[in-house]
Amino acid sequence: MHRTSLDGLPRFLVLGMVLLGLVLGAGSSAFAVKPDEILSDSEMEKRARTISMELRCLVCQNQSIDDSDAPLARDLRLLVRERLQKGETNEEVLDFVVSRYGEFVLLKPPFAWNTLLLWLTPALVLLGGVWLARSVIAGNKSAGSRTDASPLPLSADEEARLKRVLGGE
Amino acid sequence: MIVEFGHFALVLAVVVALFQTAVPLWGTLSREPRLMETAKPAAILQLVLFLVAFLALTHAYVTSDFSVANVAANSHSTKPLIYRISGVWGNHEGSMLLWVLILATFGAAVAIFGNNLPLSLRANVLSVQASIALAFGIFMLATSNPFLRLDDVPIDGRGLNPILQDPALAFHPPFLYAGYVGFSIAFSFAIAALIDGRIDAAWARWVRPWTLAAWMCLTLGIAMGSWWAYYELGWGGWWFWDPVENASFMPWLAGTALLHSALVMEKRETLKVWTILLAILTFSLSLMGTFLVRSGVLTSVHAFAVDPERGVAILAIMTIFVGGGLTLFALRAGELRHGGLFAPVSREGALVLNNVLLTTATATVFVGTLYPLLLEGLTGAKISVGPPYFNLTFVPLMVPLLIALPFGPFMPWKRGDIVAVSQRLILAAVLALVAMVATMALAQRGPWLAPIMMAVGVYVMAGSVQELTYRAKIGSAGRDEILRRLRNLPRSIYGTTLAHFGVGMMVVGIVATSAYQTEKVLVLKPGDTAEVAGYTLTFKGVAPHKGPNYREQVGTIEVMRDATPITTLHPSKRIYDSPPQPTSEAGIHASWRGDLYTVLGDAQEEDGGYAFRFYFNPLVRLIWLGALVMFFAGGISLSDRRLRVGAPKRTSRADTPAGAVAAE
Repeated sequence: MHRTSLDGLPRFLVLGMVLLGLVLGAGSSAFAVKPDEILSDSEMEKRARTISMELRCLVCQNQSIDDSDAPLARDLRLLVRERLQKGETNEEVLDFVVSRYGEFVLLKPPFAWNTLLLWLTPALVLLGGVWLARSVIAGNKSAGSRTDASPLPLSADEEARLKRVLGGE
Repeated sequence: MIVEFGHFALVLAVVVALFQTAVPLWGTLSREPRLMETAKPAAILQLVLFLVAFLALTHAYVTSDFSVANVAANSHSTKPLIYRISGVWGNHEGSMLLWVLILATFGAAVAIFGNNLPLSLRANVLSVQASIALAFGIFMLATSNPFLRLDDVPIDGRGLNPILQDPALAFHPPFLYAGYVGFSIAFSFAIAALIDGRIDAAWARWVRPWTLAAWMCLTLGIAMGSWWAYYELGWGGWWFWDPVENASFMPWLAGTALLHSALVMEKRETLKVWTILLAILTFSLSLMGTFLVRSGVLTSVHAFAVDPERGVAILAIMTIFVGGGLTLFALRAGELRHGGLFAPVSREGALVLNNVLLTTATATVFVGTLYPLLLEGLTGAKISVGPPYFNLTFVPLMVPLLIALPFGPFMPWKRGDIVAVSQRLILAAVLALVAMVATMALAQRGPWLAPIMMAVGVYVMAGSVQELTYRAKIGSAGRDEILRRLRNLPRSIYGTTLAHFGVGMMVVGIVATSAYQTEKVLVLKPGDTAEVAGYTLTFKGVAPHKGPNYREQVGTIEVMRDATPITTLHPSKRIYDSPPQPTSEAGIHASWRGDLYTVLGDAQEEDGGYAFRFYFNPLVRLIWLGALVMFFAGGISLSDRRLRVGAPKRTSRADTPAGAVAAE
């Protein structure tokens, strides 16, 4: 599975986690946050949940640690809560997790040179679309009442059929 | 014996597809009507042969013939009949067979119902359609043959992944495929038009019913998948921005844009180039959906066919059709000229806005889904793109679309008056404000944006209805006049109103459940109670139970509200026999306020308690009800269009008053 992001851990541990993840995590009964993990401070718990939803469960298939049942996800959830209890801000907690697991762990990738296209595509396509729409409408105006300039004109028979089909108009 | 018969039918079907690809096209190029006419019988024969092959495989599944490798790998003799049948398409090979069967069905439908098409157009369309069947047929015979036999016949099969053994999921793939493949008709028509170098309003009229039918199936298919994820995956979510979900969502977005732009083309003969491009893109995205799911390129919860070699083959198919289609488009699109003129503020303008926003949304989902793959392929860097990305990019694109939505149907063609239309929508705006205030008063928590988005949803619902009341002159005309107008309104108007209303319902459901969900995670011992969103839940205990092919631990929870018993819920944890896999079955109580959703967790070793997860999901059912309303709205619209032009032998009836009204 996702080897590179787990480079810091002993190999047998990674293998074990992957296997456990496959047995417990992958798409089956998800239970995620366990009762014993929940912090008594409800504000802090809320922050922990917000952070959890932005962190990827590294041994799962597209699940956040908030959704995942895998042991690694649980460890990360506990880690997030531990850091929060030390008084760190949400950003500091995220930074710490990234420093340990790499940017792969973030479900919302940071804005950087290699994610430039990812973040800018929606805006670029939107601008392109607006520009295209403007040119269609402007072209409309300048072209005057141009009719269909098909290379093959309709035959008399086709004209008659078309008329019948479009009879409503 | 039956299996060999099916295998033979599959080979024959591929041969027929080869014939159907070459001969009718040769006919149009050499202007030989007799060759063009071969397309129709060939398309019907192709359908019959694919159907025989499909039924033969189904027979092998129903009778649990484990000498067939595909059956042995994906079925089990103890499986209930319905899942033995759905097992046919619950795997790669069988689903490919279903794919080409649906493809052939659409092709034969064009052949049978397309008598009013010009002969050369029909020949070209069926030829393109057959070329897709040919490519997938060869692909199946070469890499994914479902009819291969095993030398050593196992005593029993390996079974179907238990989380897929579910009624909604049993019929999710056929609908999804009907949607994907249905867009092939729009694609074939687009390619045929490009080959012909000619396209007109009649073209859009022929394409639109097929596109609409495909869109309906896809809408229902996606909704079923989401519904399944909601109650089966057991964490109360209904959409995860999972790559495989995105793969089906992209053709839906592009297909929705196509439906709207084809409308402009049909009524006003403009946006031709754009409509053709959308037809090509929509089907390309459908092919990509097939590719993404079946190749296992994206590791995700849904990918159950992991085989990169096949992925490369599908990629080759995609390159041929997408690349070929776009090349043809680049060569010939310049010859297509648009006709009708329009001002920026007009019905056309509104539909252009719809297209720009939906296309941007499609591109956003596209880049979010594929960027991590591309980046890793190019630089080796691994990043994740998950729900937070889509919430930040996709959702803001939907807001202007929703605000503009009720304006569209009110706008006259060519030139509109935005102030006049705004005045007609004042009632919808007032209702939206009421909804916003009510939401704030009721909820008193949640993000500040949520009441505004609730207002947008209500505004879309009210604005859609207002179009109907305006056209029927409700409030200004007498009763008889209103009834007469309501009767005479074309069904497509009802279709539009209802579909847009469904969108509004969906928005309300999504916002309510996302912003105001209540969640409780806790440990209960038998006899303990918990309070969730006004309900009192009493945990009675857990008992073992044995199902047809699983064992389970079933929890019993009594639900009370205001001291009156409401219901008893039974969330359970299951272990299937073959393959042994644990699943969780949620206990759900639905009411008009929302769903009470209960999940049973692990037994706590120390004290005999069980972990539980309780949710209250307000108005969550509006999400799927909205989709259902959209589906039926499509059906209503379709029934109108058939009266006008779709069906053969009825062309003369297009002159009847119904046709005249429908044309607005």
